[in-house]
Amino acid sequence: MTPILALSQTAINFTYLVAAVLLIVGIRRLSSPPTARSGNWIAAIGMGIAIFFTFLDEDITSYWLIVVGMAVGTVIGVVSARLVKMTAMPQMVALFNGVGGGAAALIAAAEFHRIAPAAGHLSGDSVGAMLFSALIGSISFSGSLVAFGKLQEVLPGRPITYAGQQVVNAILFAGLLGLGVLAGSTEQGIWMVLLLLGALLFGVLLVLPIGGADMPVVISLLNAFTGLAAASAGFVLENTALIIGGTLVGASGTLLTVLMGRAMNRSIANVLFGAFGAAPAGGAAAAASTEGKSYREVTADDTAVMLAYAQRVVVVPGYGLAVAQAQHAVRELAGLLEARGVDVKYAIHPVAGRMPGHMNVLLAEAQVPYPQLYDMDDINPEFPRTDVALVIGANDVTNPAARDNPESPLYGMPILNVDQAANVVILKRSMSPGFAGIDNDLFYGANSAMLFGDAKSSVEKLVAAVKAA
Amino acid sequence: MTMTLLNSITVFVLAVFIGIEIISKVPTMLHTPLMSGTNAIHGIVLVGAMLIAGSADSDLEKALAFVAVVFATINVVGGFLVTDRMLEMFKRKPSKPDSE
Repeated sequence: MTPILALSQTAINFTYLVAAVLLIVGIRRLSSPPTARSGNWIAAIGMGIAIFFTFLDEDITSYWLIVVGMAVGTVIGVVSARLVKMTAMPQMVALFNGVGGGAAALIAAAEFHRIAPAAGHLSGDSVGAMLFSALIGSISFSGSLVAFGKLQEVLPGRPITYAGQQVVNAILFAGLLGLGVLAGSTEQGIWMVLLLLGALLFGVLLVLPIGGADMPVVISLLNAFTGLAAASAGFVLENTALIIGGTLVGASGTLLTVLMGRAMNRSIANVLFGAFGAAPAGGAAAAASTEGKSYREVTADDTAVMLAYAQRVVVVPGYGLAVAQAQHAVRELAGLLEARGVDVKYAIHPVAGRMPGHMNVLLAEAQVPYPQLYDMDDINPEFPRTDVALVIGANDVTNPAARDNPESPLYGMPILNVDQAANVVILKRSMSPGFAGIDNDLFYGANSAMLFGDAKSSVEKLVAAVKAA
Repeated sequence: MTMTLLNSITVFVLAVFIGIEIISKVPTMLHTPLMSGTNAIHGIVLVGAMLIAGSADSDLEKALAFVAVVFATINVVGGFLVTDRMLEMFKRKPSKPDSE
């Protein structure tokens, strides 16, 4: 089959330039709230232009593989993006990221297979990029799948660690570099296959020991990896659209990863190799020390009275609120309290939920007005003047051990100083520890009380009780 | 080093600076949508997958390229749609009490 309408390489490269400009403008608009949504669509249009004009590339002589593949991918993409629940967004992003990395690795493998059969055909210019794309793409693919498994709770969310883990990883990585050299110098397919399999294994081992609040940072890092893998696939194919698109994500994704880590007071090295929540000695000691502590339980009616006659209430939402879909009930409760003259604010920790901004998204969905949402730094000075702090399904981000106990694996992470409020009511299903697997000293404080139950039904009970109060 | 490679490296280096520059002032609440949006953008790898799939000779190459096209399309389509769903939540509502 001959091309329908072959465009010259120059013409196609010109459309790539237009696409690149749209991608850049899109990302820029994505980083500011009022323009974010249009930015996403501008980037999508840029992408559409690049894809459409690639169809007219004279190198493409057969269309059916592409058309069928895109149809299948579109159906899967649309269905999963439409059906996914808001609470499951983070793992969805991980999955989309993983397949992107997988695609980059497959491109490298296919190119290697096409060029390599006769030795001496690999050009020195592209072989490095080919191996890099295979390596990083595979790591991103399997690492993202593990991240998905952890967030979906198919795999345990806590860090999985064993003795000598970092040594094993270091040896494996050195082995991968060796395989890369072998594949590049001998041009034998077997080394490429081993490189791909080894990189898949390395991706799994890299993400397994990471857990807790570090997951978003890891997904962001893998996102940057996939960007770099795409860029190096661009070097292999001498395609500027791929180089620009991939590099933009590689660079901005790396910076975003650093920014996220900074919001949690953790360096990237610490995230990757620090095994959040592992700290064996300190963790065990902390767990043991809570044995003798006791907590206080409170009823919805008592809590409602406390809230109704308070002057200042701060709501601290967390992942539990997201799981229970309690955001609308919370909005209703806040409305009732405001009608009684109570000042209601929301304290948003940068990593509350499973991803930065997770709580903003959910509360915005429930139409909570922006001005009531306060960042950590703005709300923390308010807690000593707060009558009731209502902690709804948040855990690790309120743990005072992060501030006070150098033994705690959480130590150093900035937290919401909820324990400084006059009264703290914690809505929670049970006393089980949070995502990071660490007991929370807040629950045992003298000013703390537990209201057990599903977050949504508890808040609905509070709504009914406040109406009656 | 060929001229083509040097041109590619030039584009790469400039794109690194642009990538860092354009997101340096992003507020925390947009971290997740921005991650998701850039996630969709590396779906540009679809362009590469198309070029491979359209010129593949052997069956193995075709199989690899086909899976690559499917994967990359999921990345692009799913990525942009999920990002849009997230950002839809940020729409400003008229009932906004501005005064204390």
